[in-house]
Amino acid sequence: MSVLMQAEGLCRHYAVGGGLFAKKGLVQAVDGVSFALREGQTLAVVGESGCGKSTLARMATLMELPTAGELRIDGKPTLGVGEAERRRLRLNVQMVFQNPYGSLNPRKTVGSILQEPLALNRRGDRPARERAARAMMDRVGLRQDQFGRYPHMFSGGQRQRIAIARALMLNPRVVVADEPVSALDVSIQAQVLNLMMDLQDELRLAYLFISHDLGVVRHIAREVLVLYCGRPVEHGPKESVFAASLHPYTRVLLAATPSVDPRHRKHDVAVKGELPSPLNPPPGCAFASRCPHATGICTAERPVWREISGHFVACHHAGAI
Amino acid sequence: MPLLDIRNLAVEFATARGRFRAVDGVDVSVEPGEILCIVGESGSGKSVSMLAAMGLIAWPGRVTAAAMRFNGSDLLSLSPRQRRRVVGKDMAMVFQEPMSSLNPCYPVGWQIAEALRTHHAVPRRKVRDRVVDLLDQVGIPAPATRLGAFPHQLSGGMNQRVMIAMAISCNPLLLIADEPTTALDVTIQKQILDLLVDLRRQRGMGLVLITHDMGVVAETAHRVQVMYAGQMVEEQPTEALFAAPRHPYTAALLAALPERAMGRARLPTIPGVVPGIDDRPQGCLFNPRCRFADEKCRTEPPLLAGPPGRRARCHYPLGAAEVAA
Repeated sequence: MSVLMQAEGLCRHYAVGGGLFAKKGLVQAVDGVSFALREGQTLAVVGESGCGKSTLARMATLMELPTAGELRIDGKPTLGVGEAERRRLRLNVQMVFQNPYGSLNPRKTVGSILQEPLALNRRGDRPARERAARAMMDRVGLRQDQFGRYPHMFSGGQRQRIAIARALMLNPRVVVADEPVSALDVSIQAQVLNLMMDLQDELRLAYLFISHDLGVVRHIAREVLVLYCGRPVEHGPKESVFAASLHPYTRVLLAATPSVDPRHRKHDVAVKGELPSPLNPPPGCAFASRCPHATGICTAERPVWREISGHFVACHHAGAI
Repeated sequence: MPLLDIRNLAVEFATARGRFRAVDGVDVSVEPGEILCIVGESGSGKSVSMLAAMGLIAWPGRVTAAAMRFNGSDLLSLSPRQRRRVVGKDMAMVFQEPMSSLNPCYPVGWQIAEALRTHHAVPRRKVRDRVVDLLDQVGIPAPATRLGAFPHQLSGGMNQRVMIAMAISCNPLLLIADEPTTALDVTIQKQILDLLVDLRRQRGMGLVLITHDMGVVAETAHRVQVMYAGQMVEEQPTEALFAAPRHPYTAALLAALPERAMGRARLPTIPGVVPGIDDRPQGCLFNPRCRFADEKCRTEPPLLAGPPGRRARCHYPLGAAEVAA
């Protein structure tokens, strides 16, 4: 299976402050993230708010350029290439946003929303674009008579179908989905997840699936990447990350997620405190201040990203705790 | 005797297109020390029914009930002035989204003290000490230094703790928490839920938790009520609900949880959407989406029926034979 997207040591740092009163600082929104996304597979990125999930999504869709590291789409580098080339590569990666109430233009009909990506990229003539849009509506389960309707006439789940359809209009290979179901009710969430999985099987799409809901991730993902404060802490196949997590933060996250299944419940880990500020993060492990296993080395030295029994982890004590 | 006992609660709003029943036929009873979860999708009326219990439904909303008793007094016959003495003191509520519920113009210490002053809960000169004590109880580090902080200076989790401190300031007998953790990260959610459960244990107060998260229900509740389109469709003890749901809606909702799915199989879905103001069906409100629905379901609204504490609003409840046996 071919690698559609490869990230190596992606970093995105923002310089902040430096005004009249504020001190200059550096927010390390994403720091050293690597992954490979293969055809027909789903990589889930999980973590709490402020962990860099959305920044990673913006970099994966080339809306923002990394400050360091390398991102390759279909084996081709995206940094150091011309704007025209980057534009062409960008077509392969499309995005579905979290909130379908905010991501659809209320003044456009479904038909024109779906045709817009084609028109912008000068694909086909008007009748061809309409045919493509109607075909896509069939594919995502929208009725033909809804072609001329406006977004406000649809429920949340239907709107997310429109957003997915729009993302697929240019036949991308990779879809970046930023919390695509977290604004939806459970019964609707299942419909959208099923649709996404059907489309993946049909079109061999790769998903970069960003979510904080571990129940959803457990269902849809093949690999899981856990971020904390912009840094990767654990990455591996879903089964081993969930069943044999090596990083204390992954365990805390799993234990904190309420579960309907008593077998998934873990009551042994509690976590105190809140996320540290991403502004000038601590020199050692970012999780050290909340970690039940932290020792001297954790606050002094940043753990290296290493492989243990089939998955990657950044923890000084991984494997020993 | 239950702490809170509401029978046949209905809340109606006058709209331009006539009266709309947001809540219909809801019974709520909470014992001291009990955790009741009210669960439902958005728009199912779970928040509105509890706002009605608090007396916070404003015109043009109309609240009716066959009975509404709290701690031995009849809430329906209380004057507004008498009711205000109960609400916020013996019966308190933690609202959703602390960021928009707290007043951005006042420091949090002042806002907590306001509840104490209003209900004359402690002598004036002791108010400050009490506020510090409350902030400490809800787990805010260095509480004395946070009195002057404004809501925008605190994180979402901290603001929710402030809301909880405010709600428990007058030692309520009943605490109603409306989606207290929805906007929060899971590790913070866990801390807040643990805090609420601990407070209940220490003080023996009743706790009503409104949520849409089945995981939260499974891990915290003693008893569960499921709401759908303004009606209570099922009530059961927590374990029984997850093991053997009686209403087809509950069963479908549980089946749709990704966590319960086997492997990468398709999730069972509920076709259609929750009916809105204009498209409430005849008969059972769930019938257009129910796979067991027949002619009777389409014409005749079902009543809550079944053994006490395990009732379901369905003509053909699931597992009826086992329950009767």
